[in-house]
Amino acid sequence: MAFYVVQFLTGLASAASLFLVASGLSIIFGVTRIVNFAHGAFYMIGAYIAFTLTDRFSGAFGFWGGIVMAALAVALIGLLVEMVLLRRIYHVPELFQLLATFGLTLMVQDLVVLIWGPDDLVGRRAPGFKGAVDFFGQAIPSYDLFLIVLGPVVLGVLWLLFQRTRWGVLVRAATQDRDMVAALGVNQKWLFTSVFAVGVFLAALGGALQIPRDAVHHAMDLRIIVEVFVVVVIGGLGSIVGAFVAAVLVSELNAFGILIFPKISIILVFLVMAVVLIVRPWGLFGKPEAAARRTPGLTVNPWRPLTQNERLAALAGLIVAATLPLFAGNYALTVASEIAIFVIFAVSLHFLMAVGGLASFGHAAYFGLGTYGIAFLAKMAGLPMIVCLLLGPLMGLAGAAVFGFFAVQLSGVYFAMLTLAFAQIVWSIAFQWVSVTGGDNGILGLWPEKWAASPSHFYWLALGVAALVTIALRIAVFSPFGYALRATRDSLLRSEAIGINAKRMQWTAFVIAGTTAGVGGALFAYLKGSVFPDNLGISLSVDALVMVLLGGVETVSGAVIGAIVYKALNIWLVSQTDLSKLVLGGFIVLIVVVFPKGIVGTLEMLLQRKRSVSPPGSTLLAKPIESAE
Amino acid sequence: MSVAPTLLAVEGLTKSYGGIHAVRGVSFQLRAGEILALIGPNGAGKSTCFDMLNGQNRPDSGHVRLLGEEITGRKPREIWRLGVGRTFQITATFATMTVRENVQVALISHEQRLFNLVGSAAKVARDEAGRLLELVGMGGYADRPCGELAYGDLKRLELAVALANQPKLLLMDEPTAGMAPRERVDLMRLTATIAREKSIGVLFTEHDMDVVFEHADRIIVLNRGTLIAEGSPEEVRGNPQVQAVYLGEGLVYDARHREGASA
Repeated sequence: MAFYVVQFLTGLASAASLFLVASGLSIIFGVTRIVNFAHGAFYMIGAYIAFTLTDRFSGAFGFWGGIVMAALAVALIGLLVEMVLLRRIYHVPELFQLLATFGLTLMVQDLVVLIWGPDDLVGRRAPGFKGAVDFFGQAIPSYDLFLIVLGPVVLGVLWLLFQRTRWGVLVRAATQDRDMVAALGVNQKWLFTSVFAVGVFLAALGGALQIPRDAVHHAMDLRIIVEVFVVVVIGGLGSIVGAFVAAVLVSELNAFGILIFPKISIILVFLVMAVVLIVRPWGLFGKPEAAARRTPGLTVNPWRPLTQNERLAALAGLIVAATLPLFAGNYALTVASEIAIFVIFAVSLHFLMAVGGLASFGHAAYFGLGTYGIAFLAKMAGLPMIVCLLLGPLMGLAGAAVFGFFAVQLSGVYFAMLTLAFAQIVWSIAFQWVSVTGGDNGILGLWPEKWAASPSHFYWLALGVAALVTIALRIAVFSPFGYALRATRDSLLRSEAIGINAKRMQWTAFVIAGTTAGVGGALFAYLKGSVFPDNLGISLSVDALVMVLLGGVETVSGAVIGAIVYKALNIWLVSQTDLSKLVLGGFIVLIVVVFPKGIVGTLEMLLQRKRSVSPPGSTLLAKPIESAE
Repeated sequence: MSVAPTLLAVEGLTKSYGGIHAVRGVSFQLRAGEILALIGPNGAGKSTCFDMLNGQNRPDSGHVRLLGEEITGRKPREIWRLGVGRTFQITATFATMTVRENVQVALISHEQRLFNLVGSAAKVARDEAGRLLELVGMGGYADRPCGELAYGDLKRLELAVALANQPKLLLMDEPTAGMAPRERVDLMRLTATIAREKSIGVLFTEHDMDVVFEHADRIIVLNRGTLIAEGSPEEVRGNPQVQAVYLGEGLVYDARHREGASA
């Protein structure tokens, strides 16, 4: 019994940091409507700076002062970020905001390693809380008890802040109706800035307070942000009480999940989240969201199938691409194969995003399921390659059918978070279920059969499949299904009023996209010869999002170009610099701020401007050449 | 008109939000080919009432029957399949498509081809879409992007879309809101002509009394959630209760119009 009590108290202690970070995220979202992906990064910087300060200054004052100073310093950084970056993107759709803040996260990961080095840092124990309390033979660290008290105290302070101060009243008012607050003459700029700084302060404090419990390392940002997403989604975005209740719930689920399902403890939390989202899509304490904002400068020019000339040009591009083995070496061909595979992956997500209006933040799940499909079929069932390639993507299909069913019940930020969470479920299964998936060691030795083994043959295979997939999806875009799906994106109200079952259309699109991603994954498994949990990871999901964005989310198949450019750039960058994340992150931020239409979208816009002399009605906007590589 | 069958029968429709009774026991009937106006001051419960008819909103109690079939609480898309077209107070169209494509999507749905993944949508019911657009006077705009249409044209497009499933009943929530006076009259004349030709029953809410009295065969008046009068335009105009309740508040309404701030 005592053991369970201790386990419960450990859970409560973990809840404190989680609550601090989650409440910060919630406050920021409530007022600015930005889901700050970089919140985990601020948490991490808080921990690192606190480590340095508490290391430098001795004594109790040095320690506690150091923690507070660290949180304040990070709040100052947050202030600058808000003024320089976020102010420019308040009006853009939430997808872009998530991506920009994710870009920040990437940059911080490299910066942190640059400043503090790649090794784990073990911080000082807290003065006055070094010992442990004996509880019926079980030891409870006294620092844990401190944290258990701290959580409710912070909740109380925040409550006072929001109920008893003028600033708090303004924040609450802005959470309910920020346009009205602006109309009442409140300086919104500073309100937003201060709210962001407070939110970041809480995140950094959460990170700083963790140092006596956990080592500081450069991957702690992603770990916390996923947990925090889960917390705010369960508790309801924008609700601090919700954040507290959900933080306790999640921490306890983690604490006891390990006892019940030691192999797949992470699943428990995500299952609870899925259930909450389906029963109360806006979380336990949240309120239903207003309709999501529309895509920026929504294309006025309707999509057109390629004209005869453009088809010829695309075909020519494909033929040129097919001649690559004549002059390129093996390494180049392997890279080209990988690019072709990522074209498949990117166009599958593009279909979901551009046509269905559903921005999935966990699309790698279905790509990864495709890779594991191959691993199971080829390694365990010993099926021939061609059969594996045909059946492997069915894993992606199955995953998309199950998760997609729940995901399409939601939209906007919640859809993004739920897809992210589902991807993490799949990832944790792959990571923890070692006996089946090999865990972190993956499954090795998946080589293509002789007919596809040489780099040039494999390249042609990948290129051919990529071309077929791109064409098939383009046909789907212009099919009755594609139009009906786009109708649900353009106006849910109208599509419902003309007999379209939006959820069924979206679910179908999700399954199509998931299966297609699985096709890419299947090829990827053979290209790499091995399968790892990373194939399902967040960073791969974000790669896909960036490719779509880079190509242009308002285009029919801009993702083709986006994937080629991004993947080539990525591979080149990794070979050139150790700071690829820093460059990549900066690149993402830059696209969002100055280049939101993407490469293909911008080209289209320029072309259109050139043609705008012709009378309206005759503008059959041509798409630029898209090689189907 | 009196020989036409009852198309829509509404009985004891009730809806409350918390302590507010938005709609209380509203009953009325609509015959095929009849044009019925639902009027009442702001907050009378017109939109709530309207949304319950095509399933946007679920009534607390009461019945809605279409040609004798119970449709209470069914989904908008199911009610649409039974032959009910709807236009919205604030137009809802597909901004990234052309005018013709907007109509084509409705026709695709009507022909049950929503899950066709390989055909070409552009070829689906192209002529029928063109015919509907001609009908509402939008034939010349078929290839225009919907996103760049003027508001009055969007309203006409919505009418074409609403006619795509050959409806028996048209529900039009403030069909002329936000339009210029001239356009209002034109649109309602057009609607009335089409409705009489095809014997479509039309139920519309409207703030513009010129439009109401020119086109409605019958008028029902809603105030604070209850039906207070029903009859021909003349009867309603002469009804003292309507004058007291509706036109009493109408002073404010008139004053607002004089300042040019149309509803």
